[in-house]
Amino acid sequence: MVVWVGFAGLALLAALWVVTLRNLFRAALSLGLVLMAIAGLFILLEAEFLAFVQILVYVGAILTLVVFAIMLTAKLQIAPSVPASIQAVPAAAVSLGLFITLVSVTRSVAWPPTSMGEAVPLATLGQQLVTTLVLPFEVISLVFVASLVGAISLAAGRQGRPSTRATDVSTPAAS
Amino acid sequence: MIPVQGLLYMSSALCSLGVYGMLTRRNAIGMLLSIELILNAAALNFVVFGRAYHQVQAQAFALFIIALAACEAVVGLAIIIGLTRSAKTVYADEATQLKG
Repeated sequence: MVVWVGFAGLALLAALWVVTLRNLFRAALSLGLVLMAIAGLFILLEAEFLAFVQILVYVGAILTLVVFAIMLTAKLQIAPSVPASIQAVPAAAVSLGLFITLVSVTRSVAWPPTSMGEAVPLATLGQQLVTTLVLPFEVISLVFVASLVGAISLAAGRQGRPSTRATDVSTPAAS
Repeated sequence: MIPVQGLLYMSSALCSLGVYGMLTRRNAIGMLLSIELILNAAALNFVVFGRAYHQVQAQAFALFIIALAACEAVVGLAIIIGLTRSAKTVYADEATQLKG
């Protein structure tokens, strides 16, 4: 039980850092801590494969991508006159209300007693992915292709017509 | 024994923290980090209930959530890079070209 509380507390503390730290690079590293703690919870729940996927895909790929984006836009992030966050008090009220709603809804439910049986073996998971869940699996692959093409076309921009967009935007504002 | 109730509280808190970050961050990349928190809370719920009640497909759906989070991060960061090119800002409330 100590291990459960340790991982959960670490995840919550690091999540608090993610949303409150002003330095975005440190917030991204705290997100890495959250993801590692949740991978630890996955291991405690005997979902080892998911823990490995979480560390590989989230910490290895997504977080690296986010850190790259933060460093690419580092020059634009220096805005000392404006606060890093806005509307802190209403946002805290909304999120606290959401938390209280979720807790009050779930604590009134009497969950049936859990039985510690066998964990789900990895082979069963793989069989499910290609038999029962083959439609979501294929849809996910379609989404992957679409997001890949979309991301490349968004980030590549228009090579033939450089910097026409900036003038297009500024001209009607000036007139 | 799996602490289902405690893990539910924990993922509720994680989701609420994500909503808080989503509402307070001005930086678009910071908003993206908050979305990752919310998605992780959902995936954790799937795994908890799948383990507690022996549902094989729960882990598969947690896998799908991780895959969708990867897609969302890729497209979101591409949009942010495009935004820095056209609007010269990463702050979501300063991208006002479409404002009438």
